[in-house]
Amino acid sequence: MTWDVALILAIDGLANGAVYLLAGLGLVLIFSVTRVVFVPFGDVVAFAALSLAAFETGRTPATIGLVATLASLAVVVEVVSLVRAGELARIPRALVGWGLLPALPCLAAWAISGTAAPAVVRIVVAIALVVPITPLVARVALQPMADASVLVLLIASLALHFLLSGLGLLFFGPEGSRTGPLAEGALTLPGGFPLSAQVMLMIAAALVLSAMFYLLFERTVAGKALRATAVNRVGARLVGIRPARTALLAYTLAGLLAGLIGVLVAPVTTMYYDSGFLIGLKAFVAAIIGGLVSYPLTAVGALAVGAVESFASFWSGAFKDVIVFSLLIPVLMLRSFMARHDEEDAEEIDQ
Amino acid sequence: MSPRQLWLGALVLALAIAPQLLGNFAVSLLNDVGIGALVALGLVLLTGVGGATSFGQAAFVGISAYGTAWLTTAQGASPWLGLLFGLGLTALAALAIGMLTLRLGGHFLPLSTIAWGLSIALLFGNMDSLGRHTGLSNIPPLKLGGWSLADPRSMYYLIWLLLGLAFLFCRNLMASRPGRAIRGLRGGSTLLASVGADAFRVRLTLFVLAALLAGLAGWLYAHMNRFVSPSPFDVRASIEYLLMAVAGGLGQLTGALVGSALVLILKNGLQDVLPLLTQRGGQLEGVVFAILFIVLLQRARSGLMGYATRWWRRRFAAEAAQAVPVTSTAQPLPRRALPARGEAVLSVQGAVKRFGGLVAVNDVSFDVRAGEIVGLIGPNGAGKSTMFNLVTGTLPMTAGRVSFLGQDITGLPQQRIARLGLARTFQHVKLRPHMSLLDNVAMGAHARTGAGLLAAGLRLDRREEAQIMAVARQQLERIGLAGREHELAGSLPLGTQRILEIARALAADPVLLVLDEPAAGLRRKEKQALADLLRRLRDEGVTILIVEHDMDFVMKLVDRLVVMTFGSKLVEGVPAAVRADPQVQAAYLGSSVAVQAGGSS
Amino acid sequence: MNKLIRTAALAASAMALAASALAADLKVGLSVSLSGPNSSLGIPYAKGMQAALAYKGEIAGRKVQLIVLDDASDPTTAGRNARKLIEEDKVDVLMGTSGVPAAIAMAQVGKEAKVPMIGLTPISIEAADNPWVMTVAQPTQLMVDAVVERMKRNGVKTVGYIGFTDAWGDLVYNALMKAAEPAGIKVLTNERYARADASVTGQILKIVALRPDAVMTGGAGTPGALPFLALAERGFKGGVYGQHGLINPDFVRVAGAAGNGALMPTGPVIVAEQLPADHPTKKMALDFRAVFQKVNNAPSTDAFSAYSFDGWLVFADAAGRVLQGGKTEPGTAEFRVALRDAIMSTKEVVGTHGVYNFKPGNLYGVDQRARVIVKLENGQWKLAP
Repeated sequence: MTWDVALILAIDGLANGAVYLLAGLGLVLIFSVTRVVFVPFGDVVAFAALSLAAFETGRTPATIGLVATLASLAVVVEVVSLVRAGELARIPRALVGWGLLPALPCLAAWAISGTAAPAVVRIVVAIALVVPITPLVARVALQPMADASVLVLLIASLALHFLLSGLGLLFFGPEGSRTGPLAEGALTLPGGFPLSAQVMLMIAAALVLSAMFYLLFERTVAGKALRATAVNRVGARLVGIRPARTALLAYTLAGLLAGLIGVLVAPVTTMYYDSGFLIGLKAFVAAIIGGLVSYPLTAVGALAVGAVESFASFWSGAFKDVIVFSLLIPVLMLRSFMARHDEEDAEEIDQ
Repeated sequence: MSPRQLWLGALVLALAIAPQLLGNFAVSLLNDVGIGALVALGLVLLTGVGGATSFGQAAFVGISAYGTAWLTTAQGASPWLGLLFGLGLTALAALAIGMLTLRLGGHFLPLSTIAWGLSIALLFGNMDSLGRHTGLSNIPPLKLGGWSLADPRSMYYLIWLLLGLAFLFCRNLMASRPGRAIRGLRGGSTLLASVGADAFRVRLTLFVLAALLAGLAGWLYAHMNRFVSPSPFDVRASIEYLLMAVAGGLGQLTGALVGSALVLILKNGLQDVLPLLTQRGGQLEGVVFAILFIVLLQRARSGLMGYATRWWRRRFAAEAAQAVPVTSTAQPLPRRALPARGEAVLSVQGAVKRFGGLVAVNDVSFDVRAGEIVGLIGPNGAGKSTMFNLVTGTLPMTAGRVSFLGQDITGLPQQRIARLGLARTFQHVKLRPHMSLLDNVAMGAHARTGAGLLAAGLRLDRREEAQIMAVARQQLERIGLAGREHELAGSLPLGTQRILEIARALAADPVLLVLDEPAAGLRRKEKQALADLLRRLRDEGVTILIVEHDMDFVMKLVDRLVVMTFGSKLVEGVPAAVRADPQVQAAYLGSSVAVQAGGSS
Repeated sequence: MNKLIRTAALAASAMALAASALAADLKVGLSVSLSGPNSSLGIPYAKGMQAALAYKGEIAGRKVQLIVLDDASDPTTAGRNARKLIEEDKVDVLMGTSGVPAAIAMAQVGKEAKVPMIGLTPISIEAADNPWVMTVAQPTQLMVDAVVERMKRNGVKTVGYIGFTDAWGDLVYNALMKAAEPAGIKVLTNERYARADASVTGQILKIVALRPDAVMTGGAGTPGALPFLALAERGFKGGVYGQHGLINPDFVRVAGAAGNGALMPTGPVIVAEQLPADHPTKKMALDFRAVFQKVNNAPSTDAFSAYSFDGWLVFADAAGRVLQGGKTEPGTAEFRVALRDAIMSTKEVVGTHGVYNFKPGNLYGVDQRARVIVKLENGQWKLAP
């Protein structure tokens, strides 16, 4: 291992770590507000990437159909629950929110499919198209059991992952795709290494988004509401914060993150219908290192996972995952030792 | 015959004659169901009862399967030796992994299971002696005497016999001393320590048991399919086992069987039906399965068996109320020799506890003598709870000594102190809400007997169990809850729960009973009942140390008071003297206002 | 129970069963990976089989029924599917699948149930262990030998290897090691990566550091393009060789410019129109293309679908011979034995990949006529003799 090799590996690890960081932020965001470990996050990332690839090759991505179907299901579920609760006055708003809003990116996507729209437009529409998937799926599948135990919610989201990746196979086929680069060119570091603009963009995006997250949670009322719901759901309700609404906000933000990650990662990696699982898993590792509550620690965990992965693949490609996960165990032991465990939060299972 | 026994009999009969009625493929499918049910049974115990989510059970299946495959192909040994070898390897692996990772708490534990589940599966594919990714084939079938079990029908009987035995073992286990400790895992390690059990050891034993069940399944898998490769043992397979356990119901042992049958038969059914409905049927299987699964979870989040059990309870509620006949022929458990009245039971000398720069307890000393009730009181922030935790061993002391019955217990872990005869209750009641009153109280007697996992599973502990139950019934009677022993503890009001906790503490046959704010949150009548109980106990010879906030409750109850304020001992003496003490009044009321003597306060 | 569901569903979809069939139909059972990591091979296999069914739906006057099951790339499911096909559908022959361990699992079941199996991938077992299975795929050694021969011709002395961390990667590596030594070529590395990996930077850096003359890759489908892209990124100037697992239009698409100049062996079907007129498989290959286009509404651009077609042809030839003998009826154990014997005595059956000759004790039935070397040039496969 020479210095130049180490540098290349470090940059590669940093780029991957940036992706895991963003995905980890999304996972922690959703978990802290809803107690759901949202496994299908990676699948939404894959959908964004593959939809963009479909635009670029002039095809109509089937994601449009998926969003439309989900929107109709969500409208039905929401209207039924409003009727049951006797709140008929809120139905028009529900129709607009759950039906009309998701339909807008569908129309935009349908309009630009097959045409030679500029790259920026394609990217924006690809992101906008997948943003509604997360909240819609959560509304239809997870909200009816929002107060179940963490384990049941985890199993449900695992089932959702199988659902979405199965649909991904159906829509996009088993083969992968790459999209055109978002940023051309490269910077030459001292020593003669090319640092591609794409990688720089990924790292910059990770930094900017993390900063924005920080500002969101510290400075805005909506952000504080999110944090309040995470700390104590009942207490948040007592001061007038609606958990369902903060959950919706959290899911939508996470959907936006997923879309961004998808279009960032698609030019550098071949994305498959099942690429989401590994991205989600590594992001989950980072999120756990952060204890599923701390964003800075999640960031550190993500970068560490990316770096270890990169160096481990140099050492032994076949055993790369074994090395990463074996090194994880002492880290977990350290984290567990540092985190004081409150035994009051051991949950009973539903009987 | 009770309805339950009828159902069970019908099931066993159906299982017994199924191979004669069904075709070969259906029998093989049932074999797969049986093998899956074994793994899911381990998961129901480990995750459902023990609270440790495991994403790595398939790795244990693989260790055993590869172990027996290697032994019977490369070494040419008998498959029955392969069973011992496979199970042995699995147990060793589970012990090693468990000792490393079972101390992890919260979310770290499931992730660690993903870590080793993934690593072990990857190792299988990279070892030359295990055939790398091509795996090992031509594994010999099982032979019983001259009879080959290669045929699915023969394997069927073996698999379901073993599954039935495993079920019986686990059912016996749950209704026994180690089973109660396992069911107490979700209550937290402090709960288990307070009855003298080591939560880590209980968890480790449970983990190894679940791994052995998976190992048994692995051995059966290898000799049934006669081919092993790495991919059936990776994380995706573990997830499928977990899906089975959750779909069936994590709250009941039968959930494992129901879940395994549900998942495998549903997948098979979809494979048959979907291609008839659409051209792309093959690819839709996973999607439709996921949709159906989510709908199931929405309708029955505690699994199918959870749903069925609730229905059963509603329908057959009368049966549940029937108490098991009491056999009082059991020889009673040996009792501890209580010290003579007036002897020092607990002696705290110069206790100091520092949290960084804050001194929570500052050089406090007091005694508790046999046969008296001592109250430890003080205003908020006085350090009473910290003192309590120092005495019971929940927190380590920075300096000072505590001795109990003449023995120095400074620095001893909680469970050791509990076993010496110090029983405690908790400020936030730590009962197991889904266990009966009888079982909750019986947990208290954990340290008095010694039946282990094996004895419990093989039902060799019946005599001991009868003795424990007699003790538990006795305590329930003592606190006035006799005849309600099969109610669930979670259905009691708070006051009664507090009293039940005291019963649990009494079941340990303690020398000293330490109560942590027992009157908090109780209504007036409940407080009176509690005070009456404590006085009765004192009269029977039990020594009691009570940490309390409520002056009124304590004044009329205790023989002596120790008053703490700002971490130091203020005053010690009989209640009347303490009440009249101007320092105490100042501490509570904030100024030297004389309180009228004889007031009802 | 399953039988009940299926008969009910059949009735529900109201298919009018032809009243003919006084003579029993032939039944073919296919298990492939329509989902899961191996679906990029499984889906073309299924499409190829549909084309074959359309090409030859009747053998000696008997209709042929095709039953397709998905094994989700899992060997346990593949074995279960095999059992289902044998015991519930009573197939006369098994075919499959898209992964080596899954194929071995099926072969095990076929052997015990005494049902012949025509494999579509290489199967890594000893022929003596299982007299009921053979495969239409080329033996990996045959293909890698061609690569090594070409490397030798191009003056390569050292080669680095990077392949999948699965059975395919093992197969290619073992074949490479066996062929390289006699050719005087040294294999410098045995780097591996998982199908799902997003980056192979580490592995490629290691290879490039050793400065080999060429690099041999052991992947399949689109993930097989990753080493090509990474090597191009690092500016590797030597030749990059592949094998027949990469013959896939999506590989071409993803590899893009990085794939230019890549050399790999393949069955001749992929460059059928470039073959000389006297090449034995040319006509069959072009026929196959035409049928495939008609049935699937898309041209056949990969080599895998052609294996299914060849498997069908071998089966059709053997079944034809057995039925002409007139002694046994489909659906019986005797028919299956006779079918197996007939398959194992296949002589000069022309397929799309090669000309098939089977003998008992041999899993494979092709020779040099089943391989050519092609070069990827600007997104097109060009014959490179």
